[in-house]
Amino acid sequence: MADGAAALTGVAPRPGVAKPDPILVVEGVTRSFGGLQAVDVSHLEVQRNTVTALIGPNGAGKTTLFNLLTGFDQADSGSWSLNGGPIVGIPAYQVARRGMVRTFQLTRALPRLTVLDNVVLADPHNPGESLWRALIGGWRRGEEEATVKAKALLERFGLEHMADEYAGSLSGGQRKLLELARAMMVEPELIMLDEPMAGINPALTQQLLTHITGLRDEGKTVIFVEHDMDVVQEISDWVVVLAEGQVIAEGTPSSIAGNPDVIEAYLGAHRGKAVEDE
Amino acid sequence: MDWSGAITNGIISALGPVAIAYAVSAIGLNLQFGFTGLLNFGHVAFMMVGAYGTAATVEAGGSLWLGIGVGILAAVVLGLLLGLPTLRLRADYLAITTIAAAETLRLLVRSPVTRSVTGGVFGIQGFAEEFHALNPFGASTGYAIGPLVVSGRRLFVMIVGWTVVLILALIVRRLVKSPWGRLLKAIREDEDATRSLGKNVFVAKLQALALGGALASVGGVLLAIEQQNVSPDSFLPQVTFIIYVVVILGGAGTIWGPMLGAVIFQFFFYFVDSVMRQAQANVSWVGAILDSAGAAQIRFVLVGLGLMALLVFRPQGMLGSRREALVDG
Repeated sequence: MADGAAALTGVAPRPGVAKPDPILVVEGVTRSFGGLQAVDVSHLEVQRNTVTALIGPNGAGKTTLFNLLTGFDQADSGSWSLNGGPIVGIPAYQVARRGMVRTFQLTRALPRLTVLDNVVLADPHNPGESLWRALIGGWRRGEEEATVKAKALLERFGLEHMADEYAGSLSGGQRKLLELARAMMVEPELIMLDEPMAGINPALTQQLLTHITGLRDEGKTVIFVEHDMDVVQEISDWVVVLAEGQVIAEGTPSSIAGNPDVIEAYLGAHRGKAVEDE
Repeated sequence: MDWSGAITNGIISALGPVAIAYAVSAIGLNLQFGFTGLLNFGHVAFMMVGAYGTAATVEAGGSLWLGIGVGILAAVVLGLLLGLPTLRLRADYLAITTIAAAETLRLLVRSPVTRSVTGGVFGIQGFAEEFHALNPFGASTGYAIGPLVVSGRRLFVMIVGWTVVLILALIVRRLVKSPWGRLLKAIREDEDATRSLGKNVFVAKLQALALGGALASVGGVLLAIEQQNVSPDSFLPQVTFIIYVVVILGGAGTIWGPMLGAVIFQFFFYFVDSVMRQAQANVSWVGAILDSAGAAQIRFVLVGLGLMALLVFRPQGMLGSRREALVDG
């Protein structure tokens, strides 16, 4: 068990509880769409160097919360900070540069770039991305360094044989792996995965889970949205339950499994109804 | 039927000043549309700004060379002005803004209000003497290049023009093969994904729009210099769409596609023109169904049919990669 996870053993399983070493602190964040209060999180802390699962029924506001925190949507009110520094209202690309990188629920490979280019692109230090340097030159070395780094990541995620193929020719599962490799290329501290297992065959699920816990084991923090409770139980150190935009419960996976509020949120509101997509 | 005459007409047009102007402008549009995915529907405005910037500066007493600088700079400013408010929005807003801005600007240039600077509906003439004075060839002497005969004046414009096209194409080639070029392509593929990887998408799009606009202005400048004339009605909205045809024909997102597209477009257009005129005059059944104005218009129909056939059989354009065109998102 990673150090971060070990530090959670004494933390009380109640919503909004303080953590010993939070990397992300969310305070009073709200977002409504018309009359619908999509997100209303009064307080939430995420412990550094853990795998934290964000679960909740469809429409609970998980993806909206992701969008708000990463600068892809604007909150009506509230504040949040990464490593103690406020990151409210800064553009999405700067959020990523400060160490918080996200993936999307529907994978977003850049189809007509090669797999290798997809990953090299994510390098935060490439000097040749400035128009001026592109014109006068002197970026080859930075590009070579980025390529070496990218190739190592492709190898780690088992995509090295696809490096020169267009990303658009990858299977759904390979695209998930590509997104992970790409996110890692940004050198994040906190990785936010929006349904990383969605639409993946069971064989690949196990591989993805190993990669995710691997990220934690090398010191990163992972927050991921997931519906499959088996997956959540298996890899997460901490679970946060969102329902109707609010954090209704949090705790270790085992403490969440029997929580009556959670069962109510999942089954009570939707009992007997067909499950619809978000 | 004089087929060789029609082919000669086609070739002369394919290498002529209009093809040069289309080629340069298409290189600019290709940077915006082909590489970055920006829907700029007001490309002609950048050409117009370049041409008028040059002509009006000379008219106001400046040198031609200063005028060219003013024209190009004005196009960069126009790109920034159009891009700043719209590039943060969805792609279609840029399309709407640019098409409206282009037509607004043309009507402004045409109006009596600006006549003292732009010459209103009459435009400005005779401002490029400094360029034509450099011509080492006899201006009205005919020079034979194989079966083609062109005047010294035209020959000089062709040599300078194609040299400029080549240099600009090489610069753009250098840019799009750099990490900056990869960033543009990434934006074309998926803006949000690119943003999520820590890239300042807005600035890159603004750069592409302004740089593409500057290239288009060079096309406008070259055409204005050759014709010694700028007038508002040479910058109608359809010019933008001709440039789109040129880009798509040659292959959007390729380096040499815009040049090839311009040459092929002009060749096809004037070849068909020549054939139709002859047929209308000499072939009785064609003459019976088409008057001479109709024969001239049918070019547009045939160009449209040709483009449809291209999109069906070769959607990636002449130089595009089939493999790339078949990748699905």
